[in-house]
Amino acid sequence: MGSTVMRTQRATAGLALIVLAAAAVAFPLVFSSPVITNYAVYALIFVAVVSAWNVFSGFSGYISLGHAVFFGSGAYTVGIAARDWHVNGVSVFALLPVAAAVGAVIAVPFGLVALRVRRHTFIVITIAVFFIFQLMAANFSFTGGSVGVAAPFLPWNPTSFNDHFYYITLGCAVVAIVIAVLVRRSRFGLQLRAIRDDEDRARGLGVRTMKVKLTAFVLSATVSGLVGGVWFLYLTQVQPPSGYDPLFDLSLVLMAFLGGLGTIIGPVLGALIIEPGQLYLTIRYTSGYLSEILLGALFLLVALFVPRGIVPTVGEWVKRLRTRGRPAVEAVPAPATASPPEATGAPASEARR
Amino acid sequence: MARQIYQAIADGILVGGVYALMAVGLTLIFGVLDIINIAQGVLVILGAYLSYELSVRLHLDLFLGLLITVPAMFVIGVVIQWAFIRRLRGRERTSMTLLVTYAVALIVEGILYEIYGANPKQLNASYVQSSVHVLGFYLSDIYLYGFVLAVAIVVALYAVLYRSTFGRSVRATMQDETAARLIGIDVNRVAAITFGLGIAVTAAGGMVFGATNTFNPNSGYDLISRLLAIIILGGLGSIGGALVASVFMLTVESLVDIWSPEWAIVVFYAALVVVLVVRPTGFFGRQPVRAQ
Amino acid sequence: MTTLLRTEDVRKAYGGVHALDSCTVEVEEGSVAGLIGPNGSGKTTLFNVVTGYAKADAGHVYLSGKKITNVSPDKVFALGIGRTFQLTRIFASLTVLENMLVASRNGRSAARRHAMEQLEFVGIAGHHAALAGTLSYGQRKLLELAYVLVADPAVILLDEPAGGINLSLVNHIADRIRELNAAGKTFLIVEHNMEFVMGLCDQVTVLDSGAVVAAAYLGEDPDPEDADPAEDE
Repeated sequence: MGSTVMRTQRATAGLALIVLAAAAVAFPLVFSSPVITNYAVYALIFVAVVSAWNVFSGFSGYISLGHAVFFGSGAYTVGIAARDWHVNGVSVFALLPVAAAVGAVIAVPFGLVALRVRRHTFIVITIAVFFIFQLMAANFSFTGGSVGVAAPFLPWNPTSFNDHFYYITLGCAVVAIVIAVLVRRSRFGLQLRAIRDDEDRARGLGVRTMKVKLTAFVLSATVSGLVGGVWFLYLTQVQPPSGYDPLFDLSLVLMAFLGGLGTIIGPVLGALIIEPGQLYLTIRYTSGYLSEILLGALFLLVALFVPRGIVPTVGEWVKRLRTRGRPAVEAVPAPATASPPEATGAPASEARR
Repeated sequence: MARQIYQAIADGILVGGVYALMAVGLTLIFGVLDIINIAQGVLVILGAYLSYELSVRLHLDLFLGLLITVPAMFVIGVVIQWAFIRRLRGRERTSMTLLVTYAVALIVEGILYEIYGANPKQLNASYVQSSVHVLGFYLSDIYLYGFVLAVAIVVALYAVLYRSTFGRSVRATMQDETAARLIGIDVNRVAAITFGLGIAVTAAGGMVFGATNTFNPNSGYDLISRLLAIIILGGLGSIGGALVASVFMLTVESLVDIWSPEWAIVVFYAALVVVLVVRPTGFFGRQPVRAQ
Repeated sequence: MTTLLRTEDVRKAYGGVHALDSCTVEVEEGSVAGLIGPNGSGKTTLFNVVTGYAKADAGHVYLSGKKITNVSPDKVFALGIGRTFQLTRIFASLTVLENMLVASRNGRSAARRHAMEQLEFVGIAGHHAALAGTLSYGQRKLLELAYVLVADPAVILLDEPAGGINLSLVNHIADRIRELNAAGKTFLIVEHNMEFVMGLCDQVTVLDSGAVVAAAYLGEDPDPEDADPAEDE
């Protein structure tokens, strides 16, 4: 690979990014109808949350079905703080860091318990904790019981309301994606991915697995809590079944798997595809459970036909197209020291693991 | 007060028996196929609805109806495993099967909603309302029968697992799938049949559950969460553990219920978390054998 | 000659099976020690106990006289003991270079340089950008050796380094071991390939059914009084 090839690749990627950014910023100006921006806001909320989820679950391989805990708690935090501290108007946004902090604080004991066990059990613990939180929200009086909490009034008219939230959620999504990219490029991210591949081996090589997992978990929770707070302000209310929605985490996992678990673009793509679809179904078919059936069916189709997700599968097609006609094995230039006789061997003798 | 406590314990044990019926199938499936079947909760409800149909349309006694529902659910189980689960392989298999079974659960729940709506139903029979008066306590008839049924099924499962050739194949597959394959065990068949068995047992659980609770398609969520907590507590893959854990959890919940009904269910999950802190593999869980 | 690594009366049972029974092995500093014995004699179990992957039921492990029994694997690694596995364990979804970086502790560019040096040393530097999962079996063995070297361990435990690969690669690995040994590293090698052992090792311990049945120096005996008496079963 010549360096000129790499430079043109980088240039194209950079250009694409700029075009994308411009399009994203211009979006509400072009599509100004609140109906459309509503879809966009929800899509961006999920882009942000799925990226946060991905930072932990995608990289470490520990599938969490309890991120609704952080999301819902962030939502409730903003609502309760606004109510009890008498915060009104635009200054409610100053409460968002509190929501993020609450997410982090919950994640620490949660993670300390949940990350000590095997992956199967981990998934179930996240489900158990999820239910604990949903039930607590319904039982406690300071969370408003089954009535929930309402958001303070924001002095914006309906169109600008959506537009403002569009930019806010866009910001959240960008931040979440940037965090995911930074983590992936860092040594910390490398250790996480090593844990996913072979946790015991990673430990044997000096990786402090508990610390690494917990850090990722807390980081993921912090962003999720923040976005939960934003969602609450947009929706202007939260109740136990909406703040702690059993389908929330399943949707996240579906988005991540559809797009490609462990990649960064994959879950984003998944969110952009699935969330508007889900929203549309919920709005069109308010009664009946068609959306549930379709969600389940969609998932089965994904699991059976695109198990690795869109991004890796497409990546593979592209690679296959590009290397069409080239020899299967590329010759390796002989290094200065003696090279092992078998340096150009193809994956052969050992059994498929 | 003491009387209340004893009654609560008695209730807890009996109800625990019912939950054991439902949990045993789940843990068996985990032990052999290494998957957590999220659909178990909804399939219990499906079993309840099947019993309901037989009882209402054909006026069959609930226990007699099991002769039909149990084989029917067995077939359903085998079909689900064959169609969706068998093909899942690869590194993400754990998560994929979890999500696939969750997807199946959603579809079944959605279909049940379309057919029956959200109105709660309950199975009825002469013995559902009556109870036995023993030593000053009231033991509900249906719970007693359910408990006996649960014990009978657990015993039967143990007999199959430890005394039959098929059972030996199952245990071999549980321990080491590759080795089992190498000695000629048709692992796919074992997997399919075991999954079917796990679901068939669910039919029995569904009947008793339907007779002792009102249910609608949504009841599956609460159920599966409890069942998951129970099998984790008992130790994934341990049938005896599922029985012990069911009785334990339900008794604890029953006791807490005396003081505060709303918190009883929270205690349920909290108990799970607490036990796992102390003993990450559950009561009778094996040490991690497989690579994660 | 000082003893660098020593196990003393280590016992380990799995259920009713006694994998290790009063196992005492001594490895001199700077030597290449071999550990041989029939299948099931406990060699890999001994490795697991030494590196913290298994808990000893009884007995102790000493590194330079310091007790390190039952220390967790990451601490064992930090103490300077590296170990490879019989069935290669690598991080399949990471590139070869990234595999190396998992174990390193240095800053970014120093780590990359050091990693590439190790890759060159074992001979797979050309594959540094390939996903480790695509490597052949022999290449994986080399990768394992390389990333164990990243932390510059004093003692390296190799579990069947010559297993399942062709002759020229076996010799290549033997040469690398000699080079590292000349630079001061101590080795304890489990192997079935007798030629490999005899050609490489200074001392050999024989395990059978979890106990040491013989221990001897090969070639010149450095200090006749230090010769280990052969233990009868």
